[in-house]
Amino acid sequence: MITLVVNDKSQTLDVDPDTPLLYVLRDTLALHGPKFGCGLAQCGACTVLLDGNAIRSCTTPVSRAVGKKVTTLEGLGSSHKPHPLQKAFIEEQAVQCGYCINGMIMTAKALLDRKPNPSEREIKQTLAGNLCRCGTHPRIVRAVRRAAALMAKGA
Amino acid sequence: MLTHQSTRRDFIKTSGALIVGFSLAGPMSAARGQTAGAGGKPVALDEVDSFLAIVPDGTVNVYTGKVDLGTGTRTALRQIAAEELDVPFERINLVEGDTALTPDQGPTWGSLTIQVGGVQIRQAAATARKALVELASKRLGAPASDLEVKYGVVRAKADPTRSASYSELIGDQEFHLKVDKSARVKDPASYTIVGKPVPRVDIPAKVTGEWTYMQDVRVPGMLHGRVVRPPALGAQLSSVDESSVSGIKGLVKVVRIGNFLAVVAETEWAAIKAAEGLKATWSPWEGLPDMDQLYQVVRQTPVAKDEVTVNVGDAKSALASAAKTVSATYEFAIHTHGSIGPSCAIADVRDGKLTVWSASQAPHWLRRDLATMLGISPSAIHVIYRDGAGCYGRNGHEDAAADAALLSREVGRPVRVQWMRHDEHGWDPKGPPTLAELRGGLDASGNVIAWQSEFWIPKVGAITEGVPMLAATLGGLPYKDNINPGNIFQNSAPPYAFPNAHAVCHRLETTPFRPSWIRTPGRLQNTYVNEAFLDELAAAAGADPVEFRLRHLKDLRGIEVLQAAVRRAKWDTRPSPKKSAASSPVATGRGVTYCKYENVRTYVAAVAEVEVERRSGVIRVKRVVVAHDCGQIINPDGVRAQIEGNVVQTVSRTLKEELKWNRSRVTSVDWVTYPILTFPEVPEIDIELINRPNDPPWGAGEPTAAIVPSAISNAVFDAIGVRLRTVPYTPERVKAAIRAQA
Ligand code: FES
Ligand code: FES
Repeated sequence: MITLVVNDKSQTLDVDPDTPLLYVLRDTLALHGPKFGCGLAQCGACTVLLDGNAIRSCTTPVSRAVGKKVTTLEGLGSSHKPHPLQKAFIEEQAVQCGYCINGMIMTAKALLDRKPNPSEREIKQTLAGNLCRCGTHPRIVRAVRRAAALMAKGA
Repeated sequence: MLTHQSTRRDFIKTSGALIVGFSLAGPMSAARGQTAGAGGKPVALDEVDSFLAIVPDGTVNVYTGKVDLGTGTRTALRQIAAEELDVPFERINLVEGDTALTPDQGPTWGSLTIQVGGVQIRQAAATARKALVELASKRLGAPASDLEVKYGVVRAKADPTRSASYSELIGDQEFHLKVDKSARVKDPASYTIVGKPVPRVDIPAKVTGEWTYMQDVRVPGMLHGRVVRPPALGAQLSSVDESSVSGIKGLVKVVRIGNFLAVVAETEWAAIKAAEGLKATWSPWEGLPDMDQLYQVVRQTPVAKDEVTVNVGDAKSALASAAKTVSATYEFAIHTHGSIGPSCAIADVRDGKLTVWSASQAPHWLRRDLATMLGISPSAIHVIYRDGAGCYGRNGHEDAAADAALLSREVGRPVRVQWMRHDEHGWDPKGPPTLAELRGGLDASGNVIAWQSEFWIPKVGAITEGVPMLAATLGGLPYKDNINPGNIFQNSAPPYAFPNAHAVCHRLETTPFRPSWIRTPGRLQNTYVNEAFLDELAAAAGADPVEFRLRHLKDLRGIEVLQAAVRRAKWDTRPSPKKSAASSPVATGRGVTYCKYENVRTYVAAVAEVEVERRSGVIRVKRVVVAHDCGQIINPDGVRAQIEGNVVQTVSRTLKEELKWNRSRVTSVDWVTYPILTFPEVPEIDIELINRPNDPPWGAGEPTAAIVPSAISNAVFDAIGVRLRTVPYTPERVKAAIRAQA
């Protein structure tokens, strides 16, 4: 049995401790935010926050998340009450297929928490390890900048 | 006319209650058995009821066989329907890609969702609207010409209180009408929804984790499958050691059918571990060509037939009499689709019927191919589309569906198959290689008087048949043997008015890897070849590349789009290469390209600006300016997003992408061995849309890709005076080209 705190909720789960966190979130907890993209820590689709740090849940055994706070895309906000990052992605229409977007938002969240007003260059560097095949990059960068502005306004 | 027998149908009783059930409830017992016609829902392409149903609560269900692959057509098709019916946008429910409910409008390919699918919906809506107004005319006792429609209500122009809503008029009945090709569509001048940047309906759910992608669908009782592919493409399975995985908790079954090998388990992790740990013995196989011999192999492949795509004047003698001639060979690498989410499907075989959830771009084709493989009737199969990650052509989704169907049949429970990254990169069908040779001749004043080109590209067996599915070919099960790389001959004929021109495509019997179409198939490679070679001719003529093109371009819309791009980019008029080209360590240059898509539709032109680092051979694409004319624009923001996506993806394909392999198998099986463009490398993109509301709407999902590689090649030539002819332009190739020139 493993106890996990996901999106501020503590849950005790019967899972193999070497299971990557990603499958526990997706299959056991039925979350749709984190995505399976490569399973190799190469694309970023599976990104979640572990105690506020953006990590790749596809290569993180669930046992390593014990005693820490896991935050997924669902933990930021909802379509009714979106987080400023989510709001900014909607306003910039920064989605094509949207499969990579979980990773973009979660990685940007960790960045903005650390650095509320990053330059465009810093955003691009931070997201360099997050792949998008649809070519949504220009909009994603704009959305992160917009989110920074929204958050500065306290929105 | 409308008939009045009661035909209350479950599927329109409410505003898509059943539809919601389909998308969210998972197991969907309601859906099972709802094969085409079974629920009474018409799906024929000539019936209004196939496309539309007015729901008693005032919403409208719109049914389309086209699916949204991440391009935003889910929103654009709603716009078209809402506009033509005069109902508010929010009141449209769209049902996509469900073989039991939606008409077969063909695969979602070729940038045809709006151009063909949308126009079919528009015509059905116009027919329905006319019928509803006629009904209202009877009911209200007023001639149709005195009536108008607002928000789904028909009312008297003179007295808006005399009115009847669509749902009052049609009640719970079907239209029972053929789509009337001559039903008058609305005057674009009166549009209030089409042409507007309506925000996409799916984005709020997609940025909050509320959306259910194919990869998120779960069905009660479902098991997890993983495939174990051969270590060499043509290897035969000799033995499987099941004891190698017997200790894995949750393993349900090792399935072996011929060379098809897979595991099924209770959990995803158990399935992954079992697939990784399973010991099997395969025969050796080394049937692939040497990677560095690829283009020699292509050139020596037997030709099935020659296709001449243009033949005007006498190119051969014109070439012989030319004042100056130029010739060149171009090569374009094999590419993989590289969706960010690997292919995934769920299948449930039960009581002789099969339900499949799939992100296939062609649910109706998938149904047909599954029926062939399983030896059952297509009517026993229900395919339901769910969004996958971006799909840019026939990738692995159909294969995953076939995998899942076989496994479900074996274990008698629903099975979800999720391909791993190495399955996707290793086994999705590939965009085949292109080899081309060109010869051009100039007269004394530097005009093109001769153009001769040859392309070596695989043949198409049947364009309306799918790509054979791995489960069938590996499992020794029935399938339609077919080779289908898409319409890759298109744009082989140059879009210019040369007095003597000849282009021939040598359609090859085979190609090293199972081919399919990847975004802008052939049109991308052929436009690349033509537009880069034209630049070589311009340089030989000492002409500015834009002026040179305009000299030979007679298509007015083409001229307009080219001039728009050039104006916007503030084009520096002069011949290439730049004077300073030989000196600076980091050189900059600009290149232009023009394309009329498939030589018949969407016009697009671009100017690319690049920086080339001589020592490292690194090319940076700094900015791409695009002018785009796809006729009537349905959603300008959607068109922009498509242009941006095309630019980024094709810069990636041009600079970086190349399938790698050894004699046995693909070796570029992840993002390290098959890198794609990353954020710091993405160019600035500047777009000019030319809207023509009174013209037919054309596609925007692919055309811009066609103009990217040649714009880069031409810009690099401008910068350093070196012509790159083999895609991708990796630093090694750039350095080699510089050395070769020196
Ligand atoms: S799925 Fe984890 S990084 Fe790709
Ligand atoms: S939006 Fe499709 S992968 Fe990024």
